[in-house]
Amino acid sequence: MTSTTPAERSPTTATALLEVEKIGKSYGQVHALRGVSATINAAEVTCVLGDNGAGKSTFIKILSGVHPHTTGELRVDGRRTRFASPRQALEAGIATVYQDLAVVPLMPVWRNFFLGSEPTKGIGPLRRLDVAFMRRTTRAELARMGIHLRDVDQPIGTLSGGERQSVAIARAVYFGARVLILDEPTAALGVKQSGVVLKYIVAARDAGLGVVFVTHNPHHAYLVGDRFVLLKRGVMVGGYARTELTLAELTREMAGGAELAALGHELARTDPGTSPPDRWSETDPVGSGPHGLRPLGPPPPHRDIEKESQQGVDT
Amino acid sequence: MVARAVSLPGEDGPTTISPLTRMLRRAEVGAAVAAVAVFVFFSLVTESFATPGGVATWLDSAALFGIMAIAVALLMIGGEFDLSAGTMVGSTGLIVGILTTHSGVNVWLAVVLALVFAVVVGAFNGFLVMRTNLPSFIVTLGTFFVLQGLNLALTKAIIGQVAVQGLNAVPGFFDARWLFGSTFSLFGTAFQISVVWWLVLTAVATWILMRTRAGNWIFAVGGAQVSARQVGVPVLRTKIGLFVGTAAAGWLAGMLQLFRTSTVQASTGVGQEFIYIICAVVGGCLLTGGYGSAIGAALGALIYGMTYQGIVFAQWDNNWLKAFLGVMLLAAVLVNTYVRRRVEVSR
Ligand SMILES: Nc1ncnc2c1ncn2[C@@H]1O[C@H](COP(=O)(O)OP(=O)(O)O)[C@@H](O)[C@H]1O
Ligand SMILES: [Mg+2]
Repeated sequence: MTSTTPAERSPTTATALLEVEKIGKSYGQVHALRGVSATINAAEVTCVLGDNGAGKSTFIKILSGVHPHTTGELRVDGRRTRFASPRQALEAGIATVYQDLAVVPLMPVWRNFFLGSEPTKGIGPLRRLDVAFMRRTTRAELARMGIHLRDVDQPIGTLSGGERQSVAIARAVYFGARVLILDEPTAALGVKQSGVVLKYIVAARDAGLGVVFVTHNPHHAYLVGDRFVLLKRGVMVGGYARTELTLAELTREMAGGAELAALGHELARTDPGTSPPDRWSETDPVGSGPHGLRPLGPPPPHRDIEKESQQGVDT
Repeated sequence: MVARAVSLPGEDGPTTISPLTRMLRRAEVGAAVAAVAVFVFFSLVTESFATPGGVATWLDSAALFGIMAIAVALLMIGGEFDLSAGTMVGSTGLIVGILTTHSGVNVWLAVVLALVFAVVVGAFNGFLVMRTNLPSFIVTLGTFFVLQGLNLALTKAIIGQVAVQGLNAVPGFFDARWLFGSTFSLFGTAFQISVVWWLVLTAVATWILMRTRAGNWIFAVGGAQVSARQVGVPVLRTKIGLFVGTAAAGWLAGMLQLFRTSTVQASTGVGQEFIYIICAVVGGCLLTGGYGSAIGAALGALIYGMTYQGIVFAQWDNNWLKAFLGVMLLAAVLVNTYVRRRVEVSR
C-alpha cells in the first residue's frame, strides 16, 4: 500500500496556515507519536483518523500548544514555531475545541464563552469585566449558530451536548481563529447532533478557516474532509487528498486493512458452514485496489472488507 | 461567514428557567434565610441580642471569623483548602509581638514583616500544591503542623513563655491600634473596627469574584482546571494568589486580635480552620470547588457569630454551639448538593 505525504501531492494552491514535518512526541519512554507530516490549508478540512490510542489527541495537543513536540518541525505561516503554552497557540490563531469542550459546567454560558480572553473596561482598580458586552455578544454569536438561549446566565452544564459543542465552536470562530481544531466532536453525539456539528465544520471551512477534524469515524470524515491523515499506533500510515481515495478505501484503511484481512481469514475458517473463497467470489466484481479510482457512492464497507479478506487468502 | 442559522434538532425553542431555579442559583440564598432565622430566634429568647450593644458583640465575633471565611471561600471556589489559615493568625500575631516587645523593632515594620511572612507561606503552599499535584488538604495540613509547632517552640525559646504581653508599652502601638484595634461609635454603642474590615473585605471579594477577570479565573480553576488551562487561564498564578489571600487574611485577623488585646497566645488560631470552612460551606460554597460566593461566606460567619454570642446571651451551655454548627453544616451540604444537581444536570 503506497502512501505519501500531502506535501508531495498538494492538489491545490491554497495557503498553508500550518505545516508539520516528521513531527513527534514522546512522554518519557513512550513514543506517543512519530513522523507525522501534514499541511493545514485555509478553507480546507483536514481529517485526522485513527483508532483509539493512535495518537490523534497527542497530535492536536502539539498543534494547540498543550504539549510541545519533541521531534520534527512545526511551521505557522511558514515560520518554525514551538508552542510553549495553549495561549501562544491561541495568539497564533489556532483554536481548539477539546473532547471535553474545555467548558466549566457550573459557570454561566457567557462567562464560559469569554473564559481566558475576557474583555474589560476601566483602568486601575476599577478595571472590570465588560459584562453587558459579554452577555450581548454571547447571545448574538450563539444566535448566529442557531442556538437561541433565553438566558445566557444558565450554567453551560445545563446545555445539551450539541449545544455545548456549538458554543465551543462559536467561541473559537469569534476569537478570530484561523485554524480550528476539533477533537472527536461527534464521538459522544447521536446521529442528528453529529449532523449539526458537521454542518458547523463546513460553515467554518466556508468562512475561510483551516479545520482539523479528529475522528475515528470515516463516514463523518469523508462527508466533510478535503485531506485525510491516517494514524496508527503513533505512526502516520497515510496522507491523502480527497481525490485520491474513496470512502470505501478510507473505511478499509481505518478498519485495519491487511490486518483485518488476516482476522477475517481466521474468523472465516472457524465457521465450517462456508468455504471462504466460494462466498467471496460473488461479492465484488470490481478488482480495484486501494488506488483504483471509483465513483462516489461506494458499496457498503463490509463488502470491501470481505474483498480485502479474499486477497488475504489469495496471497 | 459561519452565520448560517442551523436549528439544533431536538432543541426546539429557548429554554425556560423557573424563578425558583434562578433564585437557587444564587449561592448565598440558603445562608441568608438561615441568618434571618437565627437572628429572629435569639432576639426572641434573649433580652439583649437585638440591642445595639448585643449587635456590636455578635457583629465583632462574626467579623473575625468572616474575614477568614471570605478568603477561605475564594480559595474553596478555586478548588483548594487551606488548613494552615488558622495558625497563621497566631504566627503573624507572634511575629509582631516578639519583634516589638523583644527585639525593639518598629511596630509598623513588624506589621509589614508579618505580612511578608504570611505572603511567603501562602505562596509556598500554593506552589507546593500545584507542583506536586497533591491535595491541598494534605499539603496545608503539613504547613498547619509546622506553624503550630514553630509558634510554640520558637515563642518559648525566644521569650521563655507561651504568650506575648506588654505590647501597649511599645512605642507607636497606639498608632497601629487605630487601624486594627480601635472602636467607633454608632447608636451610642462602640463597634469594633474589625466590623469595617469585614464589610470592606466582603465588598472587595465580591467585586473580584463577580466583576474581574481574576474572579472568572477563580471559578474556572475550581470548576474545571484542565479546561481552564486549555483556554488560556493562568492557573498557577490564580491558585497561588488564592493561597496568598488566605494567608494574608490570617495576617489581618492576627493584627485585629493582637492590637485589640495587646497580647497573643502561641496557640492562637489552632482549631479554627474548620470553622472557616464551615462558614464558607454554610454560605453556599461547594466542597468540590467552582461554586460559591463571598457574601455567602460572610453570611455563614454572621450565622456563626450570632449563634456563638446568642448562646452566651441565653446563658446556655456553650457546647450547644458545636451541636448547632454540626447541624448547620449538614443542612448546608444537603442544600448545596441539591442545588448543584439542579445546576449541573446535563440534558
Ligand atoms: N500524558 C501521557 N503520558 C504518557 N503516555 C501518553 C500520554 N498521553 C497519551 N499517551 C499515550 O500515547 C498514545 C496515543 O494517545 P492519544 O494521542 O490520546 O490517542 P488517541 O487520541 O488517538 O486515542 C497512547 O498509547 C497513550 O497511552
Ligand atoms: Mg483522543
